[in-house]
Amino acid sequence: MTVVGFLNLTWPTFANGLALGGVYALMAVGIGLVFGVLRLVNFAYGQLIMAGGFALAYGAQWGLPNWVSILFCFGVVLALSALLDQLVFRPLRTHSPAVMLVATFAVAFLLQNVALLAFGPLGKSAGSLALLNQPWDIGGVFVKKIAVISVATAAGCLALLQLLLTRTPVGLHMRAAAMDFQTARLLGMRANRVIGGAVLVSGVFAAVAAVMLSVQEITVTWTFGLQDTIYVLAGVVLGGLNRPVPATLGGFAIGFASGILGGALPSSQSQYLPSFLFAAVIVVLLVRPNGLFTRGGGAVERV
Amino acid sequence: MTAALVVDGLRVRYGAVDAVRGLSLEVGRGEIVGLIGPNGAGKSSTLHAIMGAAPVVGGDVRLDGVSLLGRRSEDVARRGVALVPEGRRIFGELSVEENLRLGLAARRSRRNGNGLERAYALFPVLREYRSRQAAALSGGQQQQLAIGRALVAQPEVLLLDEPSLGLAPKMVDLVFETLVRIRAEGLAVLLVEQRAQRTVALADRSYVLANGELRLVLGPQDADDTERLVAAYLA
Repeated sequence: MTVVGFLNLTWPTFANGLALGGVYALMAVGIGLVFGVLRLVNFAYGQLIMAGGFALAYGAQWGLPNWVSILFCFGVVLALSALLDQLVFRPLRTHSPAVMLVATFAVAFLLQNVALLAFGPLGKSAGSLALLNQPWDIGGVFVKKIAVISVATAAGCLALLQLLLTRTPVGLHMRAAAMDFQTARLLGMRANRVIGGAVLVSGVFAAVAAVMLSVQEITVTWTFGLQDTIYVLAGVVLGGLNRPVPATLGGFAIGFASGILGGALPSSQSQYLPSFLFAAVIVVLLVRPNGLFTRGGGAVERV
Repeated sequence: MTAALVVDGLRVRYGAVDAVRGLSLEVGRGEIVGLIGPNGAGKSSTLHAIMGAAPVVGGDVRLDGVSLLGRRSEDVARRGVALVPEGRRIFGELSVEENLRLGLAARRSRRNGNGLERAYALFPVLREYRSRQAAALSGGQQQQLAIGRALVAQPEVLLLDEPSLGLAPKMVDLVFETLVRIRAEGLAVLLVEQRAQRTVALADRSYVLANGELRLVLGPQDADDTERLVAAYLA
């Protein structure tokens, strides 16, 4: 069953790495989309996921069917995203990036502490999807159902996003806004609508991530999704923040690496996982400061 | 006939710097109006102010009698004022056709047709290269793309900010010939240029701007009067 003797790497571990990579790739895209149109790293992204996690937990507590819980999770995360856009991004959009950055930190802490006050330090259980942790027998290899579902969902979401970006006017505007916001506006692009659209798509991906993460991390606390978001932010920088595809690959890479390392490290050493990951990030950034997956140089300007 | 675009006592200020001090000019339909003057005269600031992208501290800008002041850039564009920005501002990573589609964002209604055809008819090279990355076009082709992109939404007023900058002489000819065709279609064209003599010869009227103020109004007959031009620039 062992793929590589080194680090005790097995097929199930490999599948878990792929699954975590897929979820992190979605989160990376969610962060990258908003960065594209606003030039803003939304540090409150993890708290959107946390809110989704609590929505799932309440769905389970109320005995809602799973699909209703999931819808509820989407509703909560999207409503919160829209609020964030209206109350924070829109009023502060014309301010300096530093102001907006600090504002998203403030929102992140605010939401965390609201959750801590409202739901207590022990959090709530979102166990209704835990059955997906059972394995499927795929050709003699036992892989957790959630791993397969995560990979498929992530791939599906990314494919849909690609269609949105390349086949629809609003997608074209999002891409243009990420390249040159001012010029896109001068051409008649509705700035608020495009930013709102990017924030909502980003919210959809946060909700998907919340559902996937809640399967593996059944207890939802006020720090739910926090560590994942920090990993993803590192991954996005690792891949190249200002480019959507490299950012996605960066998110996937760090998710895959942490899934593999998490499975491969002896459990007595699992607390060193972040150290390994961030050491790798530092090394990569020293060697390729523009990101792992970016090509050198920009577009050539001709006259 | 009332002018399509009226700039009335316009004042633009960036911080402590007065970029435009009380400029008034009019552009009618089927007219090319030139705006010339040395660097820093306030030409680009005037265009940006019309587009709602510069801080206006006084005066007014009206399109068909309706003030454009205080409106967002995208709303000005959607009311029928199109800008060909300085340096072309092409989206190099998008295809030629995608760049043109961006111009459709300013369409006032969906019925305003398949505007891409207009750009392709005016600049056949754009149709030929429509699926290429815009960054792969030559400078002259990119300028055609920038003008075509401004026209696909069927604007009433076309503003151009130094469209001949950095172009080979043949391409400059093409740009100026295109402006004549656009004028014949009834658009109001406001042309900011460094090539003073050619602009004066082409335009129905040319305003010479210096230090944010109007210095002189010239007609096509003045194009060969180099002394007046030079005097206006140096004054």
